[in-house]
Amino acid sequence: MSISLSRKQELDDLCRKFRMDLIELLYSIQTGHPGGSLSVCEILTALYFEKARVDPKNPGWEHRDRIVLAKGHAAPMLYRILAEKGFFPVEEMKTLRQLNTRLQGHPCALETPGVELSTGPLGIGLSAALGIALGLKLSKIDSTVYAVMGDGELNEGTVWEALMSASKFKADNLVIIIDRNNVQLDGTADEIMPMGDLKAKLEAFGCEVFECDGHNISELCDAIDNAKAVKEKPAAIIARTVKGKGISFMEGESAWHGKPIGFEEYKTAMAELRGEE
Amino acid sequence: MGRSQRDVYGDALVRYGKDNENVVVLDADVSNSTKSAGFGKDFPERFFNAGIAEANMVSMAAGLAATGKIPFINTFAVFLNSIGLIGARNFGSYSKLNMKFIGAYGGLSDSYDGPSHHSLEDIAIFRTLPNFQVFVASDEYLTDWLVKNAIEVNAPMYIRISRDETRTVYTPETKFEAGKGKVIREGNDATIIACGVMVGQAVEAAEKLAEKDIYVRVIDMFTIKPVDRELILESSALTGAIVTAEEHSVIGGLGGAVAEVLTSYGGKIVQEFVGVNDCHAECGQYSQLLDKYGLGVDSLVAAVEKAIARKKEKG
Repeated sequence: MSISLSRKQELDDLCRKFRMDLIELLYSIQTGHPGGSLSVCEILTALYFEKARVDPKNPGWEHRDRIVLAKGHAAPMLYRILAEKGFFPVEEMKTLRQLNTRLQGHPCALETPGVELSTGPLGIGLSAALGIALGLKLSKIDSTVYAVMGDGELNEGTVWEALMSASKFKADNLVIIIDRNNVQLDGTADEIMPMGDLKAKLEAFGCEVFECDGHNISELCDAIDNAKAVKEKPAAIIARTVKGKGISFMEGESAWHGKPIGFEEYKTAMAELRGEE
Repeated sequence: MGRSQRDVYGDALVRYGKDNENVVVLDADVSNSTKSAGFGKDFPERFFNAGIAEANMVSMAAGLAATGKIPFINTFAVFLNSIGLIGARNFGSYSKLNMKFIGAYGGLSDSYDGPSHHSLEDIAIFRTLPNFQVFVASDEYLTDWLVKNAIEVNAPMYIRISRDETRTVYTPETKFEAGKGKVIREGNDATIIACGVMVGQAVEAAEKLAEKDIYVRVIDMFTIKPVDRELILESSALTGAIVTAEEHSVIGGLGGAVAEVLTSYGGKIVQEFVGVNDCHAECGQYSQLLDKYGLGVDSLVAAVEKAIARKKEKG
């Protein structure tokens, strides 16, 4: 069942807050990845606040759904959302990337409550998510594993190995969500490594594929419902997004993959997020 | 000669895996070579043939470990420490997931397939990964124990297994312990600290040297990490001359581990390194390869004599 308009408004407001906090934070610490954090915001919000079964009071709960952020460089957004859920104090966000922090530059499962798997090296998160899905099946635990991937990450050959395996092992408890923002570190996806017809490729590797606007929470929730209903094969959602979403000068710009934010840029970004033109 | 290590390994996997339903086994389309196929036959629901895709196999195993399973990851050693390394580092080492890397066809044992299939770097590579434990099987009874131990101990591990038969140095009653090397033979003139197939070679070398009235202590340092620091220092104090012997590059393996102990903790530092001398080998009959690349009994005898001469020079 689709989410209500009022619920959508609540989640949209939450996303706006997450974006503002992200910019505040990355400006203050002068490090971290804004572009991919901004594009994945609604995807993670839809999962953590609407669709996935997680319990901040019991992060190791056996029957939780597992969310694997394969694109580990979007850690700042993941942390902000985990903090909002109550896995750790929001106050702790300011320690991001600093010495002695629990909030490592890329997610560390040993350190940070709520982080399912340590990720960062691209291309291996999906394989591990598949392993979790197979392990849960063996243990007869009825949870869903969500692998949140970047589209640049699809350059890695291991992703396609994992897709073949997910198909072979009929991992229908695995939902792959691709943050399809079309921009990588060095340039656009088309410049660096064209993915061509991604839907056809994923289908050819055995996935049931859904597409949606990755910044529309209602569409994301519907796509997740559809993906969860798939039987006997893995499901993939191509979530069409914009890298740097919400900040005009960052949108679609590869330079903002991991660039520190200057003072003027910070002021402009915050004004835009507040809705002041 | 005992049974081939890989046959013993395959049987042990079935025997100990039967009692523990958390044991899962992965292979990369070489299960008839690694001998993990037997487990797959008996427990198909716990066996995952990942195809010729080692990097994916290793990271899949990480996910299985994250759900409490105990994955045994099988392929040729050379592919585990190269194609499989990113998953080993990120998920085994960094995340401390309970993954068991079984390096089949260790050293030169896949002799006829040539250097592309030899593994002379694996010990060095896995030894540098924090949290990893590293073991090398020297005979059939140790191979069996290494499987049992891997199931019982929650830690990422690398276990190197040979393709072939190795000299039997233990009995079914022998007790092993991680971090404790085994003294196979006593002697006061020098110590050979060996692992894997070189343990058998060392015993043979010691027998030859005894004919010349040279008495050599022989140690199986199957536990490369944690290494047995006390036994190394004790042997150095007792005999004053150490020869390390491994079917591995002389760089970074057992010899390196022993040298680190001797230099850091005040041992008498006379050490000769027997191993493959920073080169790739070639294809050929196994024992001929061992001889040509400096791992034969004669090379070991010469190394011991050289170490003893150096010890005398130092006075």
